[in-house]
Amino acid sequence: MSVDLEHYLIVGAVLFSIGLYLALGKRNFIGVLMGIELMFNAVNLTFVAFSRFVQSPNPLVGHVFVVFVITVAAAEAATALALAVLLYRVRDTINIDRIDLLKW
Amino acid sequence: MDDTGTVVAFYVLSALTVVSALAVVIVRNLIHAVVFLILSFVGIAGLYITLSADFVAVTQVLIYAGAVSVLILFAIVLTPTGDRGNQETFLRLPALLLALLVAFTLGYVAIDTDWAISDREGFQQTASTIGEALLDKYVLPFEIASVLLLVAMLGAIVLVRPESSVEGE
Repeated sequence: MSVDLEHYLIVGAVLFSIGLYLALGKRNFIGVLMGIELMFNAVNLTFVAFSRFVQSPNPLVGHVFVVFVITVAAAEAATALALAVLLYRVRDTINIDRIDLLKW
Repeated sequence: MDDTGTVVAFYVLSALTVVSALAVVIVRNLIHAVVFLILSFVGIAGLYITLSADFVAVTQVLIYAGAVSVLILFAIVLTPTGDRGNQETFLRLPALLLALLVAFTLGYVAIDTDWAISDREGFQQTASTIGEALLDKYVLPFEIASVLLLVAMLGAIVLVRPESSVEGE
């Protein structure tokens, strides 16, 4: 019994799908953001798994890319959660199906 | 990656990660959902360690399990108590269908593709190599990332600042 690249890729795929379901299906704005964070994590896991297993002249480039993804994800989280607070201040709700100003 | 310890660690950590991610979907209280999300992040950090990615694992614990989770908790307690449910919208079924489809497709591709596997050992140390790469070949993206973080921080502060605190108005 051994652990190969495929095992990590499948864990990554499952996590990505759970994140996708959260991002598309949740009613709460913050729930949607949690789904997006989960998707970032699934992608990072896939990057690190490829970096460990696949042939490459300098395999640690995958880790460098993960560091950048984490940076951008942190910036995204800070801005999006500020937007959530602002949304509540303006519209008195963060339920995304009650924010329907553009719906005709 | 054949020794028993790694195999057991992989299965335990994967189960922890996936089950707590599922719990984020299932639990009805948003605060509990964040706690399960933190558990999932910690599980992923453990998976990084089984991939001998020590620097990324530490970064994951610091930034995701620490900073991002606290940010999410702050956003929850700053929004109304009535909105702390974790229900689905009417898009629940299409979302479920799409998520299953994506999982099936990605899993099939992962199994079916013939990856160019190398038989090298795990990395001995990653932090110094990553640091050299960040300040040598990838110095431009590194600097742009710092500007991005500054802009995001300023943007977050400006967005949530109360109107009355503006000086000279």
